[in-house]
Amino acid sequence: MHLKYESQLREPLVYGNKTYAQVTEDIVRPIEAKPSRLWYIGFFIAVALLSFGAYSVYREVTYGIGQWNLNKTIGWGWDITNFVWWVGIGHAGTLISAVLLLFRQGWRTGVNRAAEAMTIFAVMCAGQFPIFHMGRVWMAFFVMPYPNSRGPLWVNFNSPLLWDVFAISTYFTVSLLFWYSGLLPDFATVRDRAFTKLRKKLYGIASFGWNGSTKHWQRHESLSLVLAGLSTPLVLSVHTIVSFDFATSVIPGWHTTIFPPYFVAGAIFSGFAMVQTLLLIVRKVFGLTDYITIGHIDLMNKVIVLTGSIVGIAYLTELFMGWYSQNKYEGYTFWYSRAYLFSPYGWSYWGMMACNVISPQIFWSKKMRRNVFVTFFMSIIVNIGMWFERFVIIVTSLYRDYLPSSWSVYYSPSIWEIGFYAGTFGLFFTCFFLFAKYFPVIAVAEIKYVLKRSGESYKPEFDAIEAQPLESFVHDHAHAH
Amino acid sequence: MAQKKFVVGCFDDEKVLFPAVKQVRTAGYKIKDVYTPFPVHGLDHALGMRETSLHTAGFIYGITGTTTAISCISWIFTKDWPLNIGGKPHFALPAWIPIIFELTVLFAAVGMVMTFMWLCQMAPGVKKHHFHKRATDDLFVMVIECTEKTNAEDLKALLAANGAVETDIQIAEDGWWFGTYDNENENLYKQVTN
Repeated sequence: MHLKYESQLREPLVYGNKTYAQVTEDIVRPIEAKPSRLWYIGFFIAVALLSFGAYSVYREVTYGIGQWNLNKTIGWGWDITNFVWWVGIGHAGTLISAVLLLFRQGWRTGVNRAAEAMTIFAVMCAGQFPIFHMGRVWMAFFVMPYPNSRGPLWVNFNSPLLWDVFAISTYFTVSLLFWYSGLLPDFATVRDRAFTKLRKKLYGIASFGWNGSTKHWQRHESLSLVLAGLSTPLVLSVHTIVSFDFATSVIPGWHTTIFPPYFVAGAIFSGFAMVQTLLLIVRKVFGLTDYITIGHIDLMNKVIVLTGSIVGIAYLTELFMGWYSQNKYEGYTFWYSRAYLFSPYGWSYWGMMACNVISPQIFWSKKMRRNVFVTFFMSIIVNIGMWFERFVIIVTSLYRDYLPSSWSVYYSPSIWEIGFYAGTFGLFFTCFFLFAKYFPVIAVAEIKYVLKRSGESYKPEFDAIEAQPLESFVHDHAHAH
Repeated sequence: MAQKKFVVGCFDDEKVLFPAVKQVRTAGYKIKDVYTPFPVHGLDHALGMRETSLHTAGFIYGITGTTTAISCISWIFTKDWPLNIGGKPHFALPAWIPIIFELTVLFAAVGMVMTFMWLCQMAPGVKKHHFHKRATDDLFVMVIECTEKTNAEDLKALLAANGAVETDIQIAEDGWWFGTYDNENENLYKQVTN
């Protein structure tokens, strides 16, 4: 049996005087209540953006990639920037749900459900970009290896672009399974409280007949643990492979061996920022401040300052290597195209530096980490910065190649490129609004599991244990099985 | 589909549940199951359940994924259509590692989830008898199947003496069937008004 004791030094994970029934009530009530006016306004804006995105994609499919301002040397522009950005956002969800589960970090329980949902929606958005960049999107299935009538001419298994296909689709599938298997018990909770026939029917179907049997829970725990163990290397592999898209090429600025760890750190950085943006809204709108506490926000800000600094080290390492290698092309890319403020895209490099490296340093201060408004503002700044990072990597390496005669004119996106990006925001928020309305945004069963150990009203029970001398504590608890 | 008779005891605290499980088992009854709103650690051992081997199944699925990837890619690139890619070797194992890894994870995850569903008899549209609706909310529901020797009233008394807040005798289906939950009449909770 596990030691049911947690140090008083740890902040409670659940505030207020809660019982199990109260936990269910608090989290499930927003699903049962009618959505607020604010929800309708937000949902309408999201759907409007999605419609504009759909029209932009329609133009691109009908008239071709020429609808975008890609040119002679800039074959990858906003689309791949957005792809990498969205995939990166997704990583925080898996980090919270899987890596923190393996590290036994109890605080993940309050935020994992929403973060995993964010992962799934972000990967859905990311996938749109490479698919539509193919141009003839109706032939997108050509990327799958299947016996075909063209030889069979197979796909190139040695290409990082094909690794991407496998990595992203596996990542999406595994995240979805992990998320949904965790949702089953909570859907059962919603089903058993439901008061309308339609609700009972739909949540009954969605809960797959879950009844809370001890044997099922035992298997469920085993499943979660192994899926977490699989997701952890998976999430690292996904952004590593995304970075291989660049790192295996011979383009100055892309051809660097630090890309995999640098991309993974950046992904976690931007993902946590997006989790903050979403959860700060959710906890307020649905009144869940007892479950998504200031303590959670503080901890996530610590992750942000850590990963932001790792990313900063990577930028400086790149600059150093650009000089130290004494390779003229590398030097030109890093010291002129990027780091020189008055070069054509110098503004984007310094925007990235300011947003990703300099500004997150305020989170060394505990007061700032625990300030909701500063956190919300910074979460937006970080995501802008991380978008700039991908833009810098892609565009500043491409716009001037080895042959000055083919140097491109200044690249700026067309309205349909911007529309496509805005459309993925629409898709993301449409999904997220529906999720927040119809799904338990916090894992109900997991909160109940930590409640009697980490709940504010249960912690005083540990005072007696805390006051015990070590010998008697060991005697009472360490051999309690 | 057979109707069976069950004695049901509901507990509202896991601290009371554990001694009760012990008492009921020492008294010679076989506990069919305890339905809980969240995973109660140690309850599986207290009920005498063996460890699950789901993770072993996951390992086997993973290995299947690895071998599928290696055999398919190597057959395609060395036998079926040896494609010259920049004069590099046809059997380029290091370049295949990402896809081999991804397929290992994919097979393991999908296989394990399917096995989990199969073992727990869960699927969309599956319905089972629920002994107490609050088993997914805040009650720990212990269920004991009656044999011809069982005195149900004695058992109910034993459960109550061991701290059960509600006891009940139910005649119900044991297995699962296809159905929806919309024709259940009782509503435990009032509709929210806002």
